Amino acid sequence: MNDTTGLGDDVQLITLDVNGTSYEVITAPRRTLVDVLRHDLRLTGTHVGCEHGICGACTVLVDGLPVRACLMFAAQAEGARITTVESLADPGTGELSDLQRAFTAHHGLQCGFCTPGFLMLAQGFLAERPEATKEDIREVVAANLCRCTGYQTIVEAIDACATARRSQRAMGAEEESCN
Amino acid sequence: MTSAKDDRLVGRSVARREDPRLLSGRGRFVDDIELPGMLHAQFVRSTVAHGTITEIDLTRVRQVPGVVAAFTAADLELGDITAQLGRPLSEFVPTAMPVLARDRVRYVGEPVAVVVARDPYLAEDGLEAAKVTYAPLPPITCEEQALAPDAPRVHAEAAGNTLVDVGLFATEGIDEIFDQAPCVVHVDVRTGRQNALPLETRGAVAQWDAREEQLVLHACTQTPHQVRTVASRCLRLDERAVRVIVPDMGGGFGLKCVVGREEIAAAAAALRLGRPVKWIEDRKDALSASFLAREQHYTARAAFDADGRILGLDADVVCDMGAYSCYPFTAGIEPLMASAEMPGVYKVPAYRVRGRAITTNKAPTAPYRGVSRPQYVMAMERLMERAARELRLDPVEIRRRNVITDFPYTGVNNITYDPGSYLESLDLCERALREAGWYDRQAAATAEGRHIGIGYSCFSERTGYGSAAFAQRKMEVVPGFDLAEVRMDTSGAVTATTGTISHGQSHETTMAQIVADTLHLDIAKVKLHQGDTDRITYGWGTFASRSIAVGGSAVRLAAAKLGDKLRAIAAAEWGIPPEDTELDRGRVRRRDDPDVALSYERLADTAYLTSHLLPKDIDPGLTATAVFDVHNDGTFSNATHGVVVELHEGTGQVEILAYFCVEDCGVAVNPQVVEGQCRGGIAQGISGALFEQITYDAQGEPSATSFMDYKVPTAQEIPEVVIHHLETPCAFTATGAKGAGEGGTIGAPAAVLNAVNDALRPTGVELDNTPITPETVHRALTPRTPEQTP
Ligand code: FES
Ligand code: FES
Repeated sequence: MNDTTGLGDDVQLITLDVNGTSYEVITAPRRTLVDVLRHDLRLTGTHVGCEHGICGACTVLVDGLPVRACLMFAAQAEGARITTVESLADPGTGELSDLQRAFTAHHGLQCGFCTPGFLMLAQGFLAERPEATKEDIREVVAANLCRCTGYQTIVEAIDACATARRSQRAMGAEEESCN
Repeated sequence: MTSAKDDRLVGRSVARREDPRLLSGRGRFVDDIELPGMLHAQFVRSTVAHGTITEIDLTRVRQVPGVVAAFTAADLELGDITAQLGRPLSEFVPTAMPVLARDRVRYVGEPVAVVVARDPYLAEDGLEAAKVTYAPLPPITCEEQALAPDAPRVHAEAAGNTLVDVGLFATEGIDEIFDQAPCVVHVDVRTGRQNALPLETRGAVAQWDAREEQLVLHACTQTPHQVRTVASRCLRLDERAVRVIVPDMGGGFGLKCVVGREEIAAAAAALRLGRPVKWIEDRKDALSASFLAREQHYTARAAFDADGRILGLDADVVCDMGAYSCYPFTAGIEPLMASAEMPGVYKVPAYRVRGRAITTNKAPTAPYRGVSRPQYVMAMERLMERAARELRLDPVEIRRRNVITDFPYTGVNNITYDPGSYLESLDLCERALREAGWYDRQAAATAEGRHIGIGYSCFSERTGYGSAAFAQRKMEVVPGFDLAEVRMDTSGAVTATTGTISHGQSHETTMAQIVADTLHLDIAKVKLHQGDTDRITYGWGTFASRSIAVGGSAVRLAAAKLGDKLRAIAAAEWGIPPEDTELDRGRVRRRDDPDVALSYERLADTAYLTSHLLPKDIDPGLTATAVFDVHNDGTFSNATHGVVVELHEGTGQVEILAYFCVEDCGVAVNPQVVEGQCRGGIAQGISGALFEQITYDAQGEPSATSFMDYKVPTAQEIPEVVIHHLETPCAFTATGAKGAGEGGTIGAPAAVLNAVNDALRPTGVELDNTPITPETVHRALTPRTPEQTP
């Protein structure tokens, strides 16, 4: 056996589409998506809090839907669109998205370890359900764990973002109807 | 022109400066560190709770593809970690904690050997090939077993499995007081074993830097300088040959303020192999084999006069510290804290206490947010409630009659409490609940047969522990002071250092607020360094809510000194006394002619680039250092928590309907951050009251190895919290701040327990233990037929 990759001899070449960039990765079949994102692609924004699907720190979007990247093998994500926390801020200016700004305005993070997971959870959820009420948001947010904030400010941040997006859309619609 | 006062940042919710990187995935946590040639460590851990190791066979481990090395204690020749108290053997028994178990294992999960491989997956493969044989010994898994007369010993040197046994106070004549008191009440309070559970598990990356001749240890720790000390001693290196760097940290809550064994073992492996080694604890180990906390038992009684005033308090405190004494605090931390501070916010004229730390075959414990205070507050508050019932007094009224109102107050425990708002917070909290209509709603619900209860807790928490307060505990290693440096470069930008370290508390923002205000400088010009033993001369790290009270004070004093130097340079240039100058928005200006001013950049140019222009008595450069310590008994933040719960008959579920917190932490440097600390702490306190517990079976096997069997509350269980602030500025700190990190965790369990008991009032059942499980509540709510009654 002449394994120089450190991955064992059972390796495969896969292609992953992450944040709009296509990556070719040589990996072992048992390697999880979160490990490939973090350690092979060096996209370390996505975190690992439990490796067994409960804490949600590893949440990323796969074809737009929140998924726990510790519960998925990287090979299973081939052909899908993966989105991580690194995609949220403007790539050119680094300017934070409205969701990220809401988190800072409402103090929705302390240590920040759970934060990428909550951001991606909210990002996916609000895209699907822009009309979500604060109660809906609280229910969805309960999918992830945070040990620092007591959750209230996370819920408030997401709710504020959703509300602002709705009023912006309403204004946009109004402007359109004026034209 | 606005006055300088209007620009002040202290007291304002300045946006967090750490947020942009944490929100965009640019934070750097320990597992984000990747070094060329890095290897990965995992630990072979004991599968038995108590036993001698008869054989460790790592031959097959070393054959696993990808495994580079596997070491036992004998291979690494490491020193032990031994925490010491300067107390006689009758009061304290030191116990050595080997970095890897040598001949004996004392809990399930104890590290026995370390496997190093090219990849974490392969390291785990290696673990599976390890063969360790044990000759099991009978495990000690509870207080009763530990203290049984002929119990086997966890440590041969600790008779009666007792590591600490201290009677700190015993007022003369206390027995007569109890004999003659019109009312004596008892409680028996037990709290479950918990995990502080930062979301980021522990971890380390160790590397030998040949050029610097230095071991660089990136570690996830709240106390970098103490980790450096232990690493240098265990590895037999000079302290300067060890550099501990703490990157971003995903919570700590006290768990990360003690020195762990795995960090040291990973460092030893890196030295042996000449390659960087990373260790990241997985959640299973974090839950079961890391440091745990909280398991305590209070047998207490209190004597009251007929009007409900306390006459005496008599308590026996037993803390189950698990298998080892943590470094540097020792197993004494919990019983000594409880013994010294139990009277809390109440005027207690007579006091007797015995505090014990016992050792068992369970994972060792570390401090956890609140340290004993959640428990002794619970015991005190249960005593209050029980006396109120006995004497038919309103629960708020009995507290009102007993809280300390005249400050400074020196208690029967020899502690002098600085001014606080004990009565005011209680009154305000009750009023807030009344005005929100909760008492009316409770009455209406009770009439409908629903079970709604209202509960309170009042407490103060010593926060600014200086070295004087820690020295009273007789720790051999005495924490307390903090050291800060503030330096300005020629661009007028400032770097401040602190010996404290943020794991979510926003130091980069709050410390910068303090510096910016003190130097009248734009906050954008201020940067904070923390968590690097080569950049920071010394520090005690972050625990006991000390960062802003002690660390922030040092930062403030250093900044003020730097300001003085800037003024001195300007004054020399103008040929006027420094007193005739003042700092004003990035400049020094003349008091007699405010239009005449020199910018900091210009003064820094003089200090560094044309230092020949400085007068003889002014040294070149612009740096200032300051040390701050609290020289008295510390400072006391205080709060009242009020909570409304509903108990559900069918399920025994406890639902929190409302939560109010009135807190006073002195000057709040950043109110939003303070509120964040309160909310987070309350969530953890509620969790301790209702959900979290790690139990052990008779074999010493822990019940929780994943989040499937350890209930961490989510957004569904944690209510919105209404917070009111009171502000009694602290006279002993340079910032006027007390501390705000732990209060939430301290107040919540007692308040929740009291609220549940209030709801249970019609049933006659009273609960004293946490966590309060649905089974207990269900049992209490289910009327029993006479045959069922025991
Ligand atoms: S790390 Fe994936 S859910 Fe916890
Ligand atoms: S902010 Fe620390 S875990 Fe959520």
